[in-house]
Amino acid sequence: MKVALFLTCVNDTMYPETGKAMVRLLRRLGHDVEFPPGQTCCGQMHLNTGYRRQALHLVKGFAETFEPYDAVVTPSASCAAMIRDWHPKLAPRTAGVASRVHELSEFLVDVLGVTDVGAYYPHRVTYHPTCHSLRMLRVGDRPLRLLREVRGIDLADLPDAAECCGFGGTFALKNSEVSAAMCADKVTAVRKTGAGTLCAADNSCLMHIGGALTRTRAGVRTVHLAEILASTEEDPS
Amino acid sequence: MTSGSAMPTYVGMPSFPDAARRAVADTRLRGNLAHATTTIRGRRESAVAELDDWPELREAGKQIKDHVLENLGHYLRLLEEKVTEAGGTVHWARDAGEANRIVAGLVKATGETEVVKVKSMATQEIGLNEFLAGEGVTAYETDLAELIVQLGDDRPSHILVPAIHRNRADIRDIFLREMEDVPEGLTDSPAALAEAARRHLRAKFLSAKVAVSGVNFAVADTGTLVVLESEGNGRMCLTLPETLISVMGVEKIVPAWRDLEVFLQLLPRSSTAERMNPYTSAWTGVHPGDGPRDFHLVLLDNGRTDTLADEVGRQALRCIRCSACLNVCPVYQRAGGHAYGSPYPGPIGAILSPQIRGIGSDVDASLPFASSLCGACFDACPVAIDIPEVLVHLRARAVEKGPRHPLERVAMTAAGWTLRSPTRLGLAQRAASASRRVVGRGGRIRRLPGPLGAWTETRDAPVPPPESFRAWWARTDGGRNEDHSGGNP
Repeated sequence: MKVALFLTCVNDTMYPETGKAMVRLLRRLGHDVEFPPGQTCCGQMHLNTGYRRQALHLVKGFAETFEPYDAVVTPSASCAAMIRDWHPKLAPRTAGVASRVHELSEFLVDVLGVTDVGAYYPHRVTYHPTCHSLRMLRVGDRPLRLLREVRGIDLADLPDAAECCGFGGTFALKNSEVSAAMCADKVTAVRKTGAGTLCAADNSCLMHIGGALTRTRAGVRTVHLAEILASTEEDPS
Repeated sequence: MTSGSAMPTYVGMPSFPDAARRAVADTRLRGNLAHATTTIRGRRESAVAELDDWPELREAGKQIKDHVLENLGHYLRLLEEKVTEAGGTVHWARDAGEANRIVAGLVKATGETEVVKVKSMATQEIGLNEFLAGEGVTAYETDLAELIVQLGDDRPSHILVPAIHRNRADIRDIFLREMEDVPEGLTDSPAALAEAARRHLRAKFLSAKVAVSGVNFAVADTGTLVVLESEGNGRMCLTLPETLISVMGVEKIVPAWRDLEVFLQLLPRSSTAERMNPYTSAWTGVHPGDGPRDFHLVLLDNGRTDTLADEVGRQALRCIRCSACLNVCPVYQRAGGHAYGSPYPGPIGAILSPQIRGIGSDVDASLPFASSLCGACFDACPVAIDIPEVLVHLRARAVEKGPRHPLERVAMTAAGWTLRSPTRLGLAQRAASASRRVVGRGGRIRRLPGPLGAWTETRDAPVPPPESFRAWWARTDGGRNEDHSGGNP
């Protein structure tokens, strides 16, 4: 199986550690993974802001880059949903490659058939299921099934977990007051758990909640699911 | 108030973000809304969970509505024929102005100067009460929450619970101030408030000769109109007066009685979380000695056929006005209903108003963006309207009309150009990494310039890493030659 990593523009630019964790994790599970250098962006920001034509260029570029691969795995539930739900609507010829795109927890649980990935992470962690992972991709409890198998982890339930954090891409700028009000409630919920680590399957939501956590000196760090799953006793992250 | 324009009371509303800014800062409003929406939300979930076949009912509701929309001309003609056969009179109104003039003309022909009203979204949409006032006719709202809104000279902020922004202390104040026959020593207990409203309204029911209603469903093959309500005020209005005038959006049709089976399950559970609706009134034309002697049905287009012409946007016309999408919406919960600048607030309003009114005003151009696209509305919708899909669709139309911020198009075009080429993206990433010593202290950015400052007002922004993943991959051959030196300059 020829596996490609679609890291996404945000992770590539701002969160390279998530990409490195993806590579370590997948190699540890016996799958080499390639990073096709032609990749850039799935087009979600442009589409969701109303710039359809710009998005279409990126959609076609994505399909060309990833066409040769049997499976594409990405650490962004939101981008995976954009590709699977929207790419075929915008450009019907991309339907084939779009159907081979998997978010990390889907790839591990459904394609590789593993929930115990041999990870070790001795911290109190709470998990925020992002909107697009829940209500577009429908990943269900796959991320939690993976986290429950991590050795040393102390998983705390997040109150009102399914509530949106208020990120929503350019929504956070265009409707910053409402976005900040939503984020404040998410921060309150996170703090109630007593966890020192907030985990999610999307760094963009984590960037949003994390920005409010550091601003309020909450003492909670944000870590992508891939980094927890990649962490081992010998090589902790 | 003027006639003619689609929603007279909503002319000149500020854009959604401007209106929402004030609502977010109103602690009393936030408290009332959070309490009310979370309560309704929990009840709806339980009511829906009781039915094993909810997904099938939802699919049936969607398909019946889609079938009607695809054959709307046929069903409208059938409805007109059956209503006329049963002794009613059908009027066709192209827009709000026409509908208002028709209703006012019918009322004036009776010689009456007062009408009682059953809560109706369509008549709010056309601004009927304001128009009638200009014609010397007083319209009395008889739904408790609508009465509170009307007495308080206020606007409704929720489809089903129009006074959701008011708590009982507010309501007592309004009654004491505005109700001419208010009981002495009125307290703010719900029973006392309801009793005051009941006594006040009873007099209106008994004296009114004309009633105006909306329509929840119109059964095409029998010409039957159906109204659902919870207080019995509707039953009074629909049976006591001599003349009944009902205004309905053209999309409210179901083909046959058996289709009501689906909607009489979907609607109560989604709106009030009830298994069965308390007062469901159905009438077909007129019957000597029983109910109104004169019945008029006003069929209202007001932007609906334009909406129907849009292949993606037309699904908004499936809406049965249940409010489930409002109650689950995190944006509605914080911004309140008034920020949506229309009688249709919340997610459904954000896709309905810009379609039936067109994207002309500030508020209509901003509504498609009044969502984080979290998808809770789609999951809750009993007729499966993919609201996020329509929002994204309408955003493209809003941008075609010209984005609100002058820099936006420049920024989005530049970002698009950069992202189209991996080489250009790589260069941009190197520039970002080079800036990290300047922009951030302690690993975070506390203030960003220009429009990005909206982010850092309440949130830190991350500092770019020393090296992008792309650069790391190229330098280390995908981590195979990791030297542990390049990552931390």
